[in-house]
Amino acid sequence: MTLLSVPPQTRRSTAAAPLAPAARLLPALAAVYRAQLTRAKVARIPLLFVATFQSVGILVMMRGVVDAGQTSAARSVVAGSSVLVVAFVALNLLAQYFGKLRATGGLDHYATLPVPAASVVLGAAAAYASFTLPGTLVTAGIGAVMFGLPLGQLWVLLAVVPLAGAALSGLGAACGLLAPRQEIATMLGQLGMSAALLLGVLPVDHLPQPVLWLRDLLPSTYGVEAFARTFAPDPDWGMVLADLGVCAGVGVVSLALATWAYRRAVAR
Amino acid sequence: MEETAGRAPQDTPAPCVAVRDLVRTYRTGRGPAATAIRANDGISLTVRRGEIFGLLGPNGAGKSTLVRQLTGLLRPDSGTVELLGHDIVRHPERAARLLGYLGQESTALDELTVALAAETTGRLRGLSRAAARGAAADVLTELGLEPIAGRPLAKLSGGQRRLACFAAALVGERPLLVLDEPTTGMDPVARRAVWSAVDRRRAEHGTTVLLVTHNVIEAETVLDRVAVIDEGRVIACDTPGGLKALVDGDVRLDLVWRDEAPIGVPAVAELAGRAERTGRRWTVRTTPEQARELVAAVTTGPAFAALDDFTLATPSLEDAYLKLGGRHGGLAK
Repeated sequence: MTLLSVPPQTRRSTAAAPLAPAARLLPALAAVYRAQLTRAKVARIPLLFVATFQSVGILVMMRGVVDAGQTSAARSVVAGSSVLVVAFVALNLLAQYFGKLRATGGLDHYATLPVPAASVVLGAAAAYASFTLPGTLVTAGIGAVMFGLPLGQLWVLLAVVPLAGAALSGLGAACGLLAPRQEIATMLGQLGMSAALLLGVLPVDHLPQPVLWLRDLLPSTYGVEAFARTFAPDPDWGMVLADLGVCAGVGVVSLALATWAYRRAVAR
Repeated sequence: MEETAGRAPQDTPAPCVAVRDLVRTYRTGRGPAATAIRANDGISLTVRRGEIFGLLGPNGAGKSTLVRQLTGLLRPDSGTVELLGHDIVRHPERAARLLGYLGQESTALDELTVALAAETTGRLRGLSRAAARGAAADVLTELGLEPIAGRPLAKLSGGQRRLACFAAALVGERPLLVLDEPTTGMDPVARRAVWSAVDRRRAEHGTTVLLVTHNVIEAETVLDRVAVIDEGRVIACDTPGGLKALVDGDVRLDLVWRDEAPIGVPAVAELAGRAERTGRRWTVRTTPEQARELVAAVTTGPAFAALDDFTLATPSLEDAYLKLGGRHGGLAK
């Protein structure tokens, strides 16, 4: 990456040709993001409907066992269902996408372009995460109405979706890139989504201790918690920020892991 | 930068591609039953700047393994690869800044429109947004892809999709193009667009082209030189004409009769015994002198009346390949 000034140096000793400039991190990231977004428009809109319907379905189902009103159970059901949309798209679909790309040799396309690994991974992750925003807002809105919770704090999703999206899409990309076979990538994505579903939506009071530990390990939990807190009559914004901080931290780690996995996958 | 110091004289440009003693082995199976297969078994070849150089060989000969090492996708077990004076074994990441690569797969671009696939590839090749957009538009015009510029690759026919991927490979000028079976599935119009685009780049920028193919006709018509690869080795490397000269001076005469062969004509009766006969088509390999006499005999009198078509051809690369000891007859005609 530091070879942009190579031509004058190489002429000194050999007739080596000058290297074309490499793509820089942010412009390349923007290009991947834009391409992935239009790609998603073609291929993913039906799946977004599926993601949203699935979450709304779960809200309806849970309404049968959880009463409306200001209870921690109601808050976590609504928050969990909303963040589930992010898990479905960012974790499950991205794991499948990278798994397919790796299995079919599609990664060669990127590997033979002078593009930083982080641009490819972050661009794809960001695109998948952004696509979940409408579905998350719709789910949260419907949930809040169904469970009699306030609608005023939905703006906080503008922070929850990118941060939980970063953490989950990083995990999804890493699963897809590290899985030895495409089917295993698909399976890992599905498992991750199931974990986000069960551990995020079910009210905590009824879960046994080992499951709660597992829940603490799952990055989406902190997104769910942060969002759930904002439904309280007098939200503890300090705790909301702390939860979002954990999300951001896990996001950085999981995206770094995904970038490492990408480098590993292209350098066979 | 110092890895090539002293190798090449000051004023001689390094060859475009220099491969020495390249060995790449891969394993099949697991545990004690694993066997090592040498996909590349000591390959050496040199591609000069501005050449259109072909790698010809049957499926599984090791062409793609070689190309993956040239493009920095795969590290050789041993041997060296230099592209335009750069050591690619030590610095595989430099390959992307020296060459444009068209692989066999399009999954990375499948759901993009043709225009966006080309533009995005240009941006990832380091062009600014405006430059990438301009270059993509030019390439789409050049290849006649404008009418389908707004359609996703996945919805195109195989040949159109291949042409769109080729367009993406051209956006962002590179001194070397590595094309892995670029014209697979293309109609003649698209093929012609590919070869004129390649020729134009060679004429205007001195672009070097390394082409993987198993199509003999294409190899004969477009390549300056060709390396024949079989079982991981280069078994011959020469101009297509030079390779064909390896096959003794015989020529091939094909005769196609309208209906029944005119056995009454003595020359035809004589031919009946030794021609390969498939339906109405007779094929005979013979010396140029005899072939001339045969052509004279069948293009006059009653034989000509019965003749539908005939071709007299010099030996093909496939004949040369078989003569060289290529054990797999898998070349496409």
